[in-house]
This record gives sequence, structure tokens and C-alpha cells, in this order.
Amino acid sequence: MLKFVKSWLGVAVTTGVMAAGASSALAQQKEVVFGLQCDRTGPTALVGTVICPGFHDYIDLVNSKGGVDGYKIKVIEVDTEYKVPPAMEAHERFKKDGEVIEALYGTPQTLALTKKLEEDKIPGTSPGFGNAVAADGKRFPYLFPIAATYWSQAGAAVEFVKEKLGGSLKGKKIAYLFYDNPAGKEPLPILNTLAKQQGFELRTFAVPAPGIEMGAQVLDITSRYKPDFVIAHLFGRAPSVSIKELKGKGYPLSKVVSFVWGSAEPDIIAAGGYAVAAGYNTLQFAGVGEDFPVLKDIVAMYKKEGKPAPKEMESSVYYNRGVMVAAVHVEALRNALKATGGKTPTGEDLRNGLQQIKDFTLGGLVPPLTITPTDHEGGGWCSVWTVKGGKLVKTKDWYQGFRDVIEKQIAADAKS
Amino acid sequence: MFHREAGVFKTTYAADMALFPLPIAKWTVAALAVLFVAVVPLVLGEYYLSILNLIFVAIVGALGLNILVGYTGQISIGHGAFMSVGAYTAANLAVNFGLPFWITLPAGGLMAALIGVVVGTPSLRIKGLYLAIATLAGQLIIEWTINHVPAISGGYQASIQVPRPQLFGFAFDSQSRLYFFLLFFAVIAIVATLNLVRSRIGRAFVAVRDQDIAAEIIGINIFRYKLLSFAISSFYAGVCGVLYTYYFGIANYEQFQLIVSIDYLAMIIIGGLGSVLGSILGAIFITLLPIVLRLLLVHVGSLFFDESDLANVLSGTRLAVFGALIIFFLIVEPEGLNRLWRNIRSYFRVWPFSY
Repeated sequence: MLKFVKSWLGVAVTTGVMAAGASSALAQQKEVVFGLQCDRTGPTALVGTVICPGFHDYIDLVNSKGGVDGYKIKVIEVDTEYKVPPAMEAHERFKKDGEVIEALYGTPQTLALTKKLEEDKIPGTSPGFGNAVAADGKRFPYLFPIAATYWSQAGAAVEFVKEKLGGSLKGKKIAYLFYDNPAGKEPLPILNTLAKQQGFELRTFAVPAPGIEMGAQVLDITSRYKPDFVIAHLFGRAPSVSIKELKGKGYPLSKVVSFVWGSAEPDIIAAGGYAVAAGYNTLQFAGVGEDFPVLKDIVAMYKKEGKPAPKEMESSVYYNRGVMVAAVHVEALRNALKATGGKTPTGEDLRNGLQQIKDFTLGGLVPPLTITPTDHEGGGWCSVWTVKGGKLVKTKDWYQGFRDVIEKQIAADAKS
Repeated sequence: MFHREAGVFKTTYAADMALFPLPIAKWTVAALAVLFVAVVPLVLGEYYLSILNLIFVAIVGALGLNILVGYTGQISIGHGAFMSVGAYTAANLAVNFGLPFWITLPAGGLMAALIGVVVGTPSLRIKGLYLAIATLAGQLIIEWTINHVPAISGGYQASIQVPRPQLFGFAFDSQSRLYFFLLFFAVIAIVATLNLVRSRIGRAFVAVRDQDIAAEIIGINIFRYKLLSFAISSFYAGVCGVLYTYYFGIANYEQFQLIVSIDYLAMIIIGGLGSVLGSILGAIFITLLPIVLRLLLVHVGSLFFDESDLANVLSGTRLAVFGALIIFFLIVEPEGLNRLWRNIRSYFRVWPFSY
């Protein structure tokens, strides 16, 4: 027993000494801290295990080029397992270590931290999830969706369907297949408004958690309702099941468009591969594939270190989203440093920095993002990529679907 | 708790049931009070206080569940849902009627108690695994109801923002202020439970747990006490949910899903069924262990892996070690951390002699 205690003491002392040494060495250098919440082991680990390496790799790339105006970026990552209490703990941990900006992950976690971020004056980003009304920068000064919210995705999906169905939705039937949780139901107000405005019929098909059993719903869609188009909004394992079921019941996948969390390579592979999923349309808020200058830089950085390109890169949908989030954070830092004149920025400076991001594209990986003090969503841009010939091919370039309707809904929500 | 006793002979039932078994216990409690009220908030930073805050909330929930599972011998896999009942009741009252926390908090608890009694009704006829499934159904029904009734959930997002709790114009808005808010309720919950279990009601619960037919024969109304246990336990859960709501500033049922019920069951099983100290230790263990493991693994792991690989290895390892530690502690002492603590104490009572 004593020996055991002694050996542990040894470990504790050495790690303590090493940590102290490391931190004093780092103190010489100018440094800012980014907080990163991940889900590497929870129900959406499929996403977290790819997005987070993307985030790290982009920051490493920036650091390897000398950082931003002499500032190195240190990323602190905490795995929250998609639970809320660890997310709060993670936020406090980041704050203790002096973070200036935080990447959130997960809708409930974002909701739980919204107030805290505002009180602590630290901006948080919630790309593609969280509250759609957070696009309203006046009401949520420290929360930045920075990518299309579920409302914008709904607008984009309907716009795409309209184009596919020949420019008019009058009298058409659209099925909305969704995961029965708050995130799944969030687009409903937009879809209902658009149904009235565009004159199409909307029927909703809820899939209960955990979303791996939807035979009844799909049969209902394909055999009874027979819609002209299906809009799917599913998470986790559910998207692959929906592809399989719709295909199995003989519904053409070219008449299906999925929201951003059902649109990655793992979903297609889990559904049986690209051949099975051919024609499946996916909404994206970041570029897909490896044909972007920034990704080539990352590969080159790895090569210089004598290492192969990270395997996560193959799952380009999520990887590129991680790169995009990191790039927006870095851009905010760049703007903040411009404003402070090189002094160490605070969370408030980073908030202002985010709000000054204008026409940021990162060589096409990011939509023409323009974040303003009133629009924290950055325009709500989407693109559509379709499974074709063994990969995802861009079928519709960056566009904003029914922006006016979404803006009206945001304004109406602010009043209520 | 933390003292060595000698020459103590209890000669009356009253002495055996006393809250403080020894005069010195009062001093221990006083020292603990000074430590937590005066020393801890001054010494520790916001980050460590935030961890303590999470522990305080967990203690309230774990105590409640232990009254039901540990003392009365019933089982509930629906405690996460009872928390959400408390959370939404308080949030609706706070937002729609502008009521302060000292009304919404008991109201949330009472509503949860009411729902808890309904969900607990099957306990009158079934036991053990059957009851577990019945309460599991309760969990799912409550989740579904909140998700689909906008009058409760406040719209599609099923989340209601609540203002920070205020007392005489003083807002509990930072971690150090919330610390006192949550500490207060955790202490009340602990003291109330200690008193409950040494009262007639508490002993009736234990009688029901040990053998319900025998309990009925010695004059305990099983119907009443089983439901009372569900009510009290759910009241604690509801209060726990309200505390979470005020702590996060939002009521959201996704914070209280099935996994939360399981987490709380894990707390009381590791801590020790049927013990107040066990509930506290279990709440600390389950909340703190993942955090400590992460800090430890980051330091140890950086010796073996470089930074980019570390994140990949870390999360999985942490879960594996977490699970292994739970198994380890339960093998070392199946009756939980509370029993482990008592064993250590009785060892040192006669130390350095063997007996």
C-alpha cells in the first residue's frame, strides 16, 4: 500500500514540476486562449471526433505560421459527453484559464450557457445548432450562430425544393421527417409560414429518439402521403436509417433534402455506401471535399512534420466545419487585435471582432460570411451537395433561402 | 463524523437517536460551517466554486433518491423526469407570474411530489424490476408530455429562460454568489434528511424496505408510507431541478433525460444505499471523478502522446477508467463509499493495535 502511495506521489510531483516548467516557458510568449467544447464520447461522438481535430489542425496551422500578430493561440478542449453540467464546468475552466472566445457544442449546452456567456462577456459560437433567434445580435450580444440556423436551413431547403420542382410550389406536397426533440421541431414555424406563403401542403412525420426505428413513418410517407419532396432533419444514426428506409421503400433519393446534421460521409457510408445513397441531397454550411487551399496547407504542415495527413480529413463534411469554426474564431482575433493595436484582447474585443467579419470566404470553404452587430448568423448561407458518382458534388452554390421570411420571424420572436 | 469516540454508552433510545451522538460533534459541525461559509468561498476561485455548485445540486437530488431507494427500498428510474417537472413548474411561475425563487422553489418541489406520487402508485402492487420499468415509463411519458405541450414547454424550443434568483434586490448572478444560494439549499436538504430518517417516518420507511409484510403487521400503513416516500423523494428531485434551472438560467428538458436518472442511481449506489453521508459522497464522486480524471490524464498522457493524439486517446480512456473505478470501489466495498469510510474510521479507532 505504502509503495503504491509513494509511486503515485512520484507521478504527482513530476507532473506538477513539468506543468510548472511548461507554463513558465509559455509565459514568455504572447498567447490567447480559445475554449473548445467537444462531444467525443457522447451520443453525437460521430460529429465531435471529426469536428474537433479540424478545429485543432487549423489553429496549429495558424500557430505554425507564427500565430496572429505575434500571438500564439492555445486551445483548451473539454469533452462534455453532450451533458449540460460538464458544459458549465468546461466554461468555468476556460474562463479560469483566460479564454477570449468559446466554441460551444450542442443545443441544450448552448441554451444553458447563453446567460453565463453574456455575464462573463465571452463570445460563444454555436454553428448550425442552438437557438435560431440567437441570430438577433441585439437580444443575444454574446452568442454567435456564425452559420445557417435551423430556420435558415428550413428556408434554404424549401428554396431548393422549389427550384427542383420547377419554380412553383403551388399545390405540391412536402413531407417533413424530423427527430422529435426541440432541435427537430425548431424549423416548424418557418416551414408553416412558407407553406402558407408558397401554397404547398406540409405534413410532419416525427421520429422518436433514438431515431433508429422509422419504418412506420417512412411507409406512411412513401405509400400513403406520396409527397413531391421530403425534407429530413435528423441526428446521430437516424439519417443513415432514413436513407436506407426511403431507398428500401422505393422512394427516389433525389427527392430528399437533408438538413446539415444528416449530410456527412459517415451517414452515407452507414446507409450502405455512395451507390445506395446516390441522388441524396444535403444542405451544407461549410464546403465539402479536400479541394480547398487551406486544407492543402494543413496537409503540407503535416508533411513538414513527417506525418501523413490526418485520417479525419476523409470525413470532409465535419472536418471542414471544424476548420471553418476555427477560421472564424481566428478572424475575430485578427479583427480584435487590429482594434486593440496589439494589446492583449478581451472577450469583449473578440465579440467586436466577430461582428466586424466581412465577406470572409477562406478560399470557398466558408460562405461569403458577413457578421454584423445585428446579424450574428452571418447571412444564413447554405449550399446543396448531392451524392453522385461516389462522392458529394456541389449542385447549388452558396445562397440564402427566403431571407425575408426568416428575418421577419426573428423580429416577431423578439417582440413576443 | 470526524472524531474518535471513547467511553460512550448509550442508555436510552433518545440518546441513540440524537442528531449529535457526542458533544464534540457540535464542534465538528461548527468547524465545517466555518469552513464552507467563510473559508472556502474566500480561498477558492470561481472555477472551483462552480464545481462545488454542481456538487451541491447533485447532493439534493441524490439525497432524495436515497430516501426512496436506500431507505424505503423502492426503485425509481424516473428521477430525471421529476427534476424536469420541478424545473418547468418553477420556470413557468417565475416567467409568467414573476414570482421570486422562494415561492417557485417549493412550488416546483410540490408539483414534482404530486407527479411522483402518481408515478409511484404502481409501487403498491409491484416491486423491484417491475417497479423499475413502471417508473421508466413515467420518465418517458413526462419527457414526451413536456416536449409536446407548448403550455408547459413554452414553444418549439422547449426551453424557458429564467431570471437569476433575487433576494431583497440582491441577485445571485456569479458563481461565488450562486455558491451561497446552492449551499443553503444543500444544507437544508442534508439536515432535513438526517432528521427525517431518525423520525417515526424514517423508521417506517426502513421497516417497509426490510420486509413490507412484517411492517404491515406491526401497524405501518404501507399504502401511506410508500407513497409518502415517493412524494418526499420527488420533492427533493423537483427542488434539485429548480436549482439546476436557476443555476443555468434556463429550464430545458434535455438536461433531465434518462441518462440523468441513471447517473443519480449510480451516485447513491456508489455512495452507499440508505445513508445520508453516502449520498453526499456519491454526489461528490460522480461529479468530481470525470474532472479529476481529465486533469490527471492530461498530465500523465502528455508524457506518452503528443498533443494532437492526446485528445483522441483521452476521452475514451477517461470513460474506461471511470467505469473501472466504479467497479473497483464496488468490489472493495459493495456497500459503498459510506461503508468504506466507516471501515477506515473503525480501523483508526484502535490504531495502532489490531483490536
